[in-house]
Amino acid sequence: MNATGFGTREILASLALLVLFLAAWEWGPALIGIPTFIVPPASMVWEEALFMLSAEGLVYHSVITAVTVLIGFVLGSLLGMLIGYLLGVSPTAEVVLSPYVLALQIAPKVAFAPLFVLWFGYTIYPKVLVAVLIVFFPVMVNVLTAVRTVDPDLVNLARSFSAKRWHIFTKIEFRAAMPPLFSGLRIGATLAVIGVVVGELVGGNTGLGFLLALGEGSGNTAMVFVTIIMLTVIGILAYVSVILLERRVLHYLHVDRG
Amino acid sequence: MAEHAARIDYRAVTKRFTRKGRRQRGAAEEIVAVTDVNFAVGNGEVVALIGPSGCGKSTLLNMGSGLYQPSAGEVYVDGERVDSPNSHVAFMLQKDLLLPWRSIRANVEFGLEIRGWPRKDRRDRALDLLDKCHLSHFAEHYPHQLSGGMRQRAALARTLAVDPSVLLMDEPFSALDAQTKMILQQDLAETVSGQGKTAVLITHDLIESIALSDRILVMSQRPGRIIREIPVDLPDRENPMARRQHRRVGEYVAELMALLDVGGHVADEVI
Repeated sequence: MNATGFGTREILASLALLVLFLAAWEWGPALIGIPTFIVPPASMVWEEALFMLSAEGLVYHSVITAVTVLIGFVLGSLLGMLIGYLLGVSPTAEVVLSPYVLALQIAPKVAFAPLFVLWFGYTIYPKVLVAVLIVFFPVMVNVLTAVRTVDPDLVNLARSFSAKRWHIFTKIEFRAAMPPLFSGLRIGATLAVIGVVVGELVGGNTGLGFLLALGEGSGNTAMVFVTIIMLTVIGILAYVSVILLERRVLHYLHVDRG
Repeated sequence: MAEHAARIDYRAVTKRFTRKGRRQRGAAEEIVAVTDVNFAVGNGEVVALIGPSGCGKSTLLNMGSGLYQPSAGEVYVDGERVDSPNSHVAFMLQKDLLLPWRSIRANVEFGLEIRGWPRKDRRDRALDLLDKCHLSHFAEHYPHQLSGGMRQRAALARTLAVDPSVLLMDEPFSALDAQTKMILQQDLAETVSGQGKTAVLITHDLIESIALSDRILVMSQRPGRIIREIPVDLPDRENPMARRQHRRVGEYVAELMALLDVGGHVADEVI
């Protein structure tokens, strides 16, 4: 059960690379004369992180961002699934709605952030909304395409057993769209973080996006670094959660070796 | 075969499809898939349909299962006109069409589930059929864990689960390797004669049509029509392995080759 090919040697090599990277970060910039306010060394970022933990509410802001990401991701995914399945089973609806869906897909979603802040103020809603908009598309498109490309012979098989339209949806189309749905969710999980941060950057006094703006405003490069690292951690957690869920739901796709 | 005894009966069946022109609007091209097809299959009889690719064999089966309506003529199953999918027929294709997210047992239950059987009953029936198809150890496995032959066996169990009076099979074994194919043919023949099922079998395999059927219907190029009916006057329909080895199989092969215009002159040399 070693599907990813990680052996002891690979793990050691990976760790060595990390050590090398940290060393380069710690001493590299000073060697070539980059000042610490441009690239603060690793130790300085670490100290800043400890300081932010005690004085700036790093945990508090991280939790706010993480929860907002979760809400935005879940709502965006559900909306994407709903519309994806709806358009998938109704060709008429797709023809009627597709130009608008396409227009909204092409519009840069983060550009909506200021608008949402104008509408909803410094609340959680603008952040959630941007995340919902961003997550929505990859999920919807994947579900829609999957429903469209269900093997017609499978549908005929169900029909030959006198299946109603509802049966075909629940027993075939819904399940057949699961693997592409999860590809969409993986993309969505990482995009949700972007959506929330943009919302927080544009308008807010909470969340990691706010800390980013604060760090920038006070010329505190180390703070910006810490925040970026935390955002990455949240993104990784979101992504890994999707992968774990996917392994459970799509267990039947895992090929046994031997 | 007496008309009233027919399990499935095609009466003057014609099927036309219209294919819309790609460029010019309204330039619809009409394709006649099959034309004026008449045949009836009696109770417990196995009839093979053989013919060139695209001659409308599959169209005939789809009309039998009620998925399409004939453009002219009618199909009757058990004396009832087929105008929609019904519980008298079940079909089986070259693709096993097992749902990958369902266990083998749940796949066999699929038709019963749609027809609203209670959970316990369909489970019992599925397990019983899996036992008959030598798959009882694999009931809780998933399709990807099974070989092609086993998957096709599971598809057969699913088809038999709904207890159809007519089995419609569209090249059910053509994706299998030669040995697996012979074993499955043997299983199918035993099951069909054991349960007295009626079957229509589409095949490209001349030997398969001879080994498994009571009668072979040879179809023409599109528009497909039946050009010859060949009764297979050989023993051992329930035992295709034995039938394959019969002396006269070669004669039937030669006749079919001539009708299907395969290998023209080569056929003479073989005899």
